[in-house]
Amino acid sequence: MEQFEVTRIGPPLHLFGYDISFTNAALWMCIVAGSAALLLTLGASSRRLVPTRLQSLAEMSYVFVADMIRSASGTDGLKFFPFVFTLFFFVLFANLYGMIPLGLFPPIRPFTVTSHIVVTFALAIFVFLMVIVVGIAKHGFRFFAIFTPNVPVWMLVFMIPIEIISFCSRPISLSVRLFANMMAGHTMLNVFGGFVIGLAAAGGAVSILSVAPLLAITAVSALEFLIAFLQAYVFAILTCIYLNDALHPPHH
Amino acid sequence: MDIMSAKMIGAGLASIALIGAGVGIGIIFGNYLAGALRNPGAAQGQFTNLLVGFALCEFTGLLGVVMAFIILFT
Repeated sequence: MEQFEVTRIGPPLHLFGYDISFTNAALWMCIVAGSAALLLTLGASSRRLVPTRLQSLAEMSYVFVADMIRSASGTDGLKFFPFVFTLFFFVLFANLYGMIPLGLFPPIRPFTVTSHIVVTFALAIFVFLMVIVVGIAKHGFRFFAIFTPNVPVWMLVFMIPIEIISFCSRPISLSVRLFANMMAGHTMLNVFGGFVIGLAAAGGAVSILSVAPLLAITAVSALEFLIAFLQAYVFAILTCIYLNDALHPPHH
Repeated sequence: MDIMSAKMIGAGLASIALIGAGVGIGIIFGNYLAGALRNPGAAQGQFTNLLVGFALCEFTGLLGVVMAFIILFT
């Protein structure tokens, strides 16, 4: 589908045999990161006692993420606040930018950054490696206690491989969840949009029926906005839960 | 049967995974609501667990969707 295609913008660049040209995916990532940073910087810069709308938006999002970290990984998890906050806002803005119907203005091509497994997997593998590095740096060998649940000794023979597999599948599940949600949502909207055009083009009394998929697409779009927020939230909260493992491995 | 129709049937079969995800998400939200109505005070504290359960449950269905996409578009 056209909206998932990655195309080159500007001159082709090559480094060590890899194509590192600037693409529309890179452009949209810059837009996402830039606009999120701009919005929150503007919101945080006024610092009035009675906040403006933008300032209270920035403050509410700060409190929201801080509460999330505090509930999932404890007060000492707040050291990772900048990381989780950035991650949450990058994913949220990327999801929401995908929902803007920019395809209506032909030279601009909409692109959902998070609908590509490469992007989400890069984020997820970074979280995964950070958890391991932080865990070993803080607790040393005792970090590996997360692989030994509190069960009778003979059960450990079965439980340790299962725990290791479940630990190692975390980056996969974290990335595939976000990517598949975005991809499936946009594909669904595309298919329903195809129904609208197909029925409207049929002509005569049949074209009145095209209202039905149009109403459905409107409802699905509303659902997609919910999913866009929910997936960003889930991505961030799972990061906090994984960090909790690194900060507080079980004692036994 | 040619390869294209086999692919279509395979993609349809892969989508069956979504039944499980639908049932699971229904159970999670239904039980959360039932618990929250019994003890509204404790509901807010379990909201994170609700979303994590939702996410884990949804993932199993999404694996099926990804399989269907891989079958259809490769």
